Amino acid sequence: MRKVLAAGAAVLALASAVACSPGPGSHERTVEITINHSRFDPSELSFPAGTMVRFVIRNTDPIDHEFILGNQEVQDRHESGTEAHHGSIPGEVSVPAGEIATTTYRFGEDGKLLFGCHLPGHWDYGMRGLVVVA
Amino acid sequence: MFRKSLVSVGVMAFLLVAAPAWACGGLVAPNGTINLVRTTTLAAYHNGVEHYVTGFNFVGAGGKFGSIVPLPDVPTKVVRAGDWTLQRLVLEVQPPVAEGRALLAFDSVAAQMPEVLLETTVDSLDITVLKGGATEVGNWARENGFSLSPDAPEVLDFYARRSPIFMAAKFNAKRAARQGIDQGTSIPVHLTIPTDNPWVPLRILALGRKPAEAVEADVFLLTNDRPALLAGASHFDALETGRPGLVLTQSAPASDGLMADLRSDKGMGWMPKEMYLTYLKLDTLADDLTYDLAIDVTGQGAPSPVDAGLTFPTLGSPERTWVMWVAGAVMVAAGAAALSRRRTRLA
Repeated sequence: MRKVLAAGAAVLALASAVACSPGPGSHERTVEITINHSRFDPSELSFPAGTMVRFVIRNTDPIDHEFILGNQEVQDRHESGTEAHHGSIPGEVSVPAGEIATTTYRFGEDGKLLFGCHLPGHWDYGMRGLVVVA
Repeated sequence: MFRKSLVSVGVMAFLLVAAPAWACGGLVAPNGTINLVRTTTLAAYHNGVEHYVTGFNFVGAGGKFGSIVPLPDVPTKVVRAGDWTLQRLVLEVQPPVAEGRALLAFDSVAAQMPEVLLETTVDSLDITVLKGGATEVGNWARENGFSLSPDAPEVLDFYARRSPIFMAAKFNAKRAARQGIDQGTSIPVHLTIPTDNPWVPLRILALGRKPAEAVEADVFLLTNDRPALLAGASHFDALETGRPGLVLTQSAPASDGLMADLRSDKGMGWMPKEMYLTYLKLDTLADDLTYDLAIDVTGQGAPSPVDAGLTFPTLGSPERTWVMWVAGAVMVAAGAAALSRRRTRLA
């Protein structure tokens, strides 16, 4: 019985590892983004579909910012939302003044995604960027 | 006595009719709840000392707001200004005199904390003079309850690279209530700043405003002689927006009546008998307000492009600075000549 359970656990662990690791032809990358004067640098990125990206976001400003990655619907939701803090959803993280935050996101299908900050006035000020997935 | 009464009556009449909101500096408040109608500032320069007088008038922010003002140098004194200096200056130029012309046309170019140089109170304002870079001053502002707008890091950096001195004024609603001061009451503040050359921060007035939002201000200068001026108002911006930018509206020796009235106000006894009055009107969009006003009172006619915010000490190449300096001098001369011709025609 114990052997069966152990084998089952091993199979589950293997399945999980396969699910979390990049599939055939996919990549893992780390990208550093600097926030200075309420702008993202770089503000345009491009990745092949299937890439798992770890974003390291460095806020050099004396004010808080956030990094929200997603399609227009996601951006619209956050622009009118009231969430004070982000961090639990992949691609969404708060970046306090003078600090570094990280978030990891897997880019699936080809297309375009946006990233930006939705603290009051920041998106309108131009604090946004574009990711092309191809 | 008669003059004092006359001034008071005149000022009251003006307030009742026009009800302006005075303040200087960039407003920092949550959710943009501040309404600032117009800014009025006096920069007077005599014997190597700039007397900077401005009024703070905060309207409709629920009592939690403040203002940050960049300064050219370290003030030795920050006190409540007299009761009518700014209002009397506005009266001096009302109704508007003949239109001038745009001053100049240029393509303009986390944990650290600042040093606290001075802390004082003026009525319901908590005043702190800080020395530090943009990050330090921003950190201090954040830690002290100022809600900084997204343009604040760039604007603070714009000033800190030229002068690391800032004044933060925070409205203390509880003290205001105790003192019976209503929101909307103008609180005039007088700073005494020993400095080589005065300059007037203008770009800070656009802090926290939307690009298409109008910024209007009255800037008065009192100097021993006619000053040479340099700013970055763009002809192209004016044509495009219909707003004239920074306009030299009056430039002449101050009248005896004005000088007597100003000298009789509290804290204005330092004024000599005669001074030269320059009045500039700012009417532009926040997006176009990327400059300050440099003033040269040495008689050499060379206002600093750095003081005007057109270049930075470390970035401006000698060639670029030289070209801008010459262009500025030419434009000021043209503006002064136009004003002179207009005056001649009016006379």
